[in-house]
Amino acid sequence: MKRGVAITGMGIISSIGNTVEETYESLIQKKPGISRIENIETIHKDNIKVGEVKTTNDELIDILGLPETNSYSRTAMLSEIAAKQAVRNANIKNINDYRTGFISATSVGGMDKTEKYNFTGFDKAENRKYIESRACSDSTTKIASTLGITDFVTTISTACSSSANAIMLGARMIKSGKLDRVIVGGADCLSKFTINGFNALMILSDTDCKPFDENRNGLNLGEAAAYLVLESDEIIKKENKKVIAYVSGYANANDAFHQTASSDNGEGATLAMKKALEVANLRPDEIGYVNAHGTATPNNDSSESKALQRVFGKSIPNMSSTKAYTGHTLAAAAAIEAVFSVLALQYNKIFPNLNFETPITGTNIVPTVDVLDKDLNHVLSNSFGFGGNCSTLIFSKSQL
Amino acid sequence: MKRCYINGIGNVSVQNSLDNSNFFDGFTELETNVILVHKPNYKEYIKPNLIRRMATGVKMGVVASTVALKEAGVALPEAIITGTGMGCLIDSKNFLKKMIDNEEQYLTPTSFIQSTHNTVGGQIALGLACKSYNVTYVHSATSFESSLFDSLLMLEDDVHNILVGGVDEISDYTVNLYKLIAHVKNEETLSEGILNSKSKGAVFGEGAQFFVLDSQKTKNAYAELVDLKMYNRLDVAEVPEKLINFLDQNDLKLDDIDIVILGINGDVDYDTYYSNLQDSIFKNTQQLYYKHLSGEYNTASAFGFWTACQILKEQKIPEIMKLNEHKDSPTKNILLYNQYRGEYHSFTLLNRC
Repeated sequence: MKRGVAITGMGIISSIGNTVEETYESLIQKKPGISRIENIETIHKDNIKVGEVKTTNDELIDILGLPETNSYSRTAMLSEIAAKQAVRNANIKNINDYRTGFISATSVGGMDKTEKYNFTGFDKAENRKYIESRACSDSTTKIASTLGITDFVTTISTACSSSANAIMLGARMIKSGKLDRVIVGGADCLSKFTINGFNALMILSDTDCKPFDENRNGLNLGEAAAYLVLESDEIIKKENKKVIAYVSGYANANDAFHQTASSDNGEGATLAMKKALEVANLRPDEIGYVNAHGTATPNNDSSESKALQRVFGKSIPNMSSTKAYTGHTLAAAAAIEAVFSVLALQYNKIFPNLNFETPITGTNIVPTVDVLDKDLNHVLSNSFGFGGNCSTLIFSKSQL
Repeated sequence: MKRCYINGIGNVSVQNSLDNSNFFDGFTELETNVILVHKPNYKEYIKPNLIRRMATGVKMGVVASTVALKEAGVALPEAIITGTGMGCLIDSKNFLKKMIDNEEQYLTPTSFIQSTHNTVGGQIALGLACKSYNVTYVHSATSFESSLFDSLLMLEDDVHNILVGGVDEISDYTVNLYKLIAHVKNEETLSEGILNSKSKGAVFGEGAQFFVLDSQKTKNAYAELVDLKMYNRLDVAEVPEKLINFLDQNDLKLDDIDIVILGINGDVDYDTYYSNLQDSIFKNTQQLYYKHLSGEYNTASAFGFWTACQILKEQKIPEIMKLNEHKDSPTKNILLYNQYRGEYHSFTLLNRC
């Protein structure tokens, strides 16, 4: 059996662009989307920088054509924009002409509405439509309904690795013949809740984050949504469809070390990368680019560096973290980085690790700091989260 | 296709259910609109220094999973798959409240850390030092079924001894919000039970049910999970046809179903999904219900799944679950049907093994 699952469409919205095209331009122009926060009122606004989508909620409502009575959280709106793009990009005319599923990931769901109305706002009847938006399933069900998907629909939440697991489940379902087509990805909006949570953990940077740099001092939070359309070989053949790339490897392992911190030796990350290579049947030296998790927290980057050395030995491929472009977009991170990985394969470009100056003492890994032209066949992407969740995806240009 | 046997079960619920044998005569019907978990002796399962910091959901999950693993004789599962509709919502609320009350100052991260939905799965992995596949599904009333679905795929990939479960906790605060929108019944006592309730909303509870699944059955195995199907949204009238299709795909006819277990929760607006089946295609089938014992919560269907395991293994039906009376015959096939407010439908088929 062929190993790769075909990707036929993608959609994305993040602080570096509202479309796939804008995103690619920002990546190759080295234009980060990190700024001071504008859409949320917080006392931390002068002490943090974020990857904020500057389009306001009102503008998003307009773009989506939502009625005034809508109960969309910002997560749901970002999600619907990206999912619709993906479906359009895959040139799907009738969503139910094949068994189509929708698997979405989110960590905070509609927390923006919950934090706005909880404790006082729900006294007013007109705000009560947002009570249910706290549930992670809320945005998934709304988008499934808009897209007309009636078959398999679910939501995954494994903190910052969430959408990697959504992509992985989708690929497994296509491979096992449970679905013919599936839209996979994730979304998270910025919220005061996450800003204050990460601030309390003392892992927010007060300036532009510096992944894999000796002097990194924390992460920038971001918001985004991205989705891929995966389709079976039968659809590709029957419809003579253009395939953008393939999901060829995936794995999920648990660090089982600490609820929030990664182990010093990157155990979970190592296991995830090794298993993903096994699934794809690739040797480490066949990977041309690693899109690292690289949040720019002291803990993650040192742990991930160790894991990269354990997997790749002395010859680590070109690698970069794109978090300095977008911030850490939590449950959406793996999905937007899946789009970046596919763009890297499509254009044979490696996107730089911005803001890097000094390698981390001990591991001395130097990421790629400029846009680099390179013939790429396989790209590996990491995503790790609280709860010890470590996931790795591998994308390939052709079907293995 | 690989078989899927249920080799161990563990249930922490509003009933005294931790001792699995208590099921056949020890359960009582809920009399209030909201009921909290019957607390196990947590100290028997969790180190005292950890108990204090753990959310209710984590504690319930750790205990239920410990019992299930012990029954199955499994020390280290090869996958941990958790379903939870709302995660550790008390910590989530606590962090939010402190953030608002203190105007974003003087916050400690403990509640924030616990608020992520994958805390239960993560803590179970941490406790077992289990480095294998670990995922959390958060899709309302099909969170547990999504987890079962993933388990079936995992078994196909030759993964063994999968720990799978559902867990959801409740808090006064959430209950009060749900009362505002009539998701929880507003009357506090139910004198005539949920079947005769004429009001909107459900009776609410909380709990954690975990199971150990494998393609090999042990001598203690409870049942076999044959198949399941989820639909995100269906009309009342669509359910019978979808259900018959589901049975058809498993080469079964309506007559082959010995027992149907329904997710009736007392909500006058949505129990029609069940009554429509009771009066039609399942008119001549033994019908059971369980949410008058467990209360409603996003993963309450895992409680229903647990009752099916017990019934299939012991070949006995507790009187308290019966919706009608049918002649006693061996129970071979059980079908579970659940939905929540017209969404998140699931059909789950279990077989005697």
